[in-house]
Amino acid sequence: MSATFTKSMARNIFYGGTVFAALLFLALTFHTTWKLPQRDHRENLTAEVVRGKHLWETRNCIGCHTLLGEGAYFAPELGNVYKRRGGDFIKVWIKIQPTGAAGRRQMPQFHFTDPQLDDIVAFLKWTSEINTENWPPNIQG
Amino acid sequence: MQLHYQSQAVAKPYFIAAIGLFVGQILFGLIMGLQYVIGDFLFPAIPFNVARMVHTNLLIVWLLFGFMGAAYYLVPEETETELHSPLLAWVLFWVFLVAGALTVVGYLIVPYASLAEMTGNGILATMGREFLEQPLPTKLGIVVVALAFLYNIGMTMLKGRKTAISMILLIGLVGLAVLFLFAFYNPSNLVKDKYFWWWVVHLWVEGVWELILGAILGFVLLKLTGVDREVIEKWLYTIITLTLVTGIIGTGHHYYWIGAPAYWQWWGGIFSALEPLPFFALTVFCFNMVNRRRREHPNKAATLWALGTGVMAFLGAGVWGFLHTLAPINYYTHGTQITAAHGHMAFYGAYVMVVLTIISYAMPIMRGREANSERAQVLEMWSFWLMTVSMVFITLFLTAAGLLQVWLQRIIPNPQPFMVVQDQLALFYWLRWISGVVFLIGLVVYMYSFFVQDKPQPVAAGEVQPATA
Repeated sequence: MSATFTKSMARNIFYGGTVFAALLFLALTFHTTWKLPQRDHRENLTAEVVRGKHLWETRNCIGCHTLLGEGAYFAPELGNVYKRRGGDFIKVWIKIQPTGAAGRRQMPQFHFTDPQLDDIVAFLKWTSEINTENWPPNIQG
Repeated sequence: MQLHYQSQAVAKPYFIAAIGLFVGQILFGLIMGLQYVIGDFLFPAIPFNVARMVHTNLLIVWLLFGFMGAAYYLVPEETETELHSPLLAWVLFWVFLVAGALTVVGYLIVPYASLAEMTGNGILATMGREFLEQPLPTKLGIVVVALAFLYNIGMTMLKGRKTAISMILLIGLVGLAVLFLFAFYNPSNLVKDKYFWWWVVHLWVEGVWELILGAILGFVLLKLTGVDREVIEKWLYTIITLTLVTGIIGTGHHYYWIGAPAYWQWWGGIFSALEPLPFFALTVFCFNMVNRRRREHPNKAATLWALGTGVMAFLGAGVWGFLHTLAPINYYTHGTQITAAHGHMAFYGAYVMVVLTIISYAMPIMRGREANSERAQVLEMWSFWLMTVSMVFITLFLTAAGLLQVWLQRIIPNPQPFMVVQDQLALFYWLRWISGVVFLIGLVVYMYSFFVQDKPQPVAAGEVQPATA
């Protein structure tokens, strides 16, 4: 780099550029936060949904599955599983794990009670109704 | 060859721990890789989600050990003063190691839900989110260790010479600690949860960690090449400007499909499309400095690691990131093996390699010599090629699996279910696993290179043995 471009110029551009980018990002975040209620239908965040999210987290579901495309890629996407399979299927599926089929990927048995299964379904239903700009591309996730 | 400052030696246990945990990370990676093709392998003893937690958490912890070791080595030399408190550095080392070990043991022997219950997740629920799976006490421990570490480094810098390299390192480390605080924010609204979760994950690896990377690489290149400090520091400022100007708003490439407004497809797309620039600048920087070197440093292995970091960070983070960062492409690739391919090469190319660079440079000096013996260096360079080439193949095989997955599951007229598709990817998963075994062999060679001595030179009777440098 040429001598006319000095280290102190480079440093000032760094600080200026970083502050500018951070402020722009904060402004966009502020706007996003203001817009979110129209997209996440938070009015439907019932106690059931909140408990369901807690169960989702404490069983480390994200360690195998993706949820809205984020997580591990070992097991199916669950952001739209409510639409793909429906609530009853989800409950039965969770209850009959693990399948024990030789050589197949296995899901642990979590010994959920029926109300807990309802909570999980409520959480997955709420999640499936988030406005995700039509992602995933199709029902298979 | 002596250390300039005795307190630099405290970096040594950090580097040794880093390598030890690295081995654990790779072993669990191989378990997961096998579970991809033999689904019930080790089930229910080590379910996939547990292996993955161990794999990713060990990675984060050993890289942090590497960063801290690098800071303890580099800051005294840059500031031209002894470390504020070597004792504190030793205490933190054991605290962090024991906390890390207990956490991994917890993952392995206690069901995750019980672990959450035992560790106060009911008081403040932070667990069960990708990469932030650590129990509350571990998270608090990370904060305490980070604060005490920053105090130690900050006090050292305060009393000594201020250089751009140490300042950039400090900004990166402070950013790392501050952004980790978002790990404690877990709203019940999943969209908000995901939005701010990225403030830890993205703003770490595509933000402040790159500052740490730049500072470490700048320091090593300064020492290896003898190029003027002004030139190196000017490059560093340029690189990190590009990093943060593109990377901060580039966070938006994670906001396309999680419920955030559609305009992020533009903000995220445009800015993250520019994210390869800092990595390209980094590559040019590394080669430029080595080409303009004013001295021939005997540590060829460290030079190789430094150049390798420049190239592989650009390929893994830059090129493989760009491949799927634009919204119309990401719509199809989001959450597939394409993401896994990018993640593997980016973490290896940028952060694994930069830590191995500083270890390669600093470890011989801490062991009393400027560079390792010829034989040890040749072995180390073998390990470089084994690990790097096998990581390239891991990435290529995962990319092939990802492309096929996208095609079968998301593009063809009758999209197939997830597991039906997975069965058809088995060949690529096997090839990836074999590449992983080669990676492990490379890692074993790497560790072996630390224990290799030069063959004793036969000296004929009556001759004077030449003095060693």
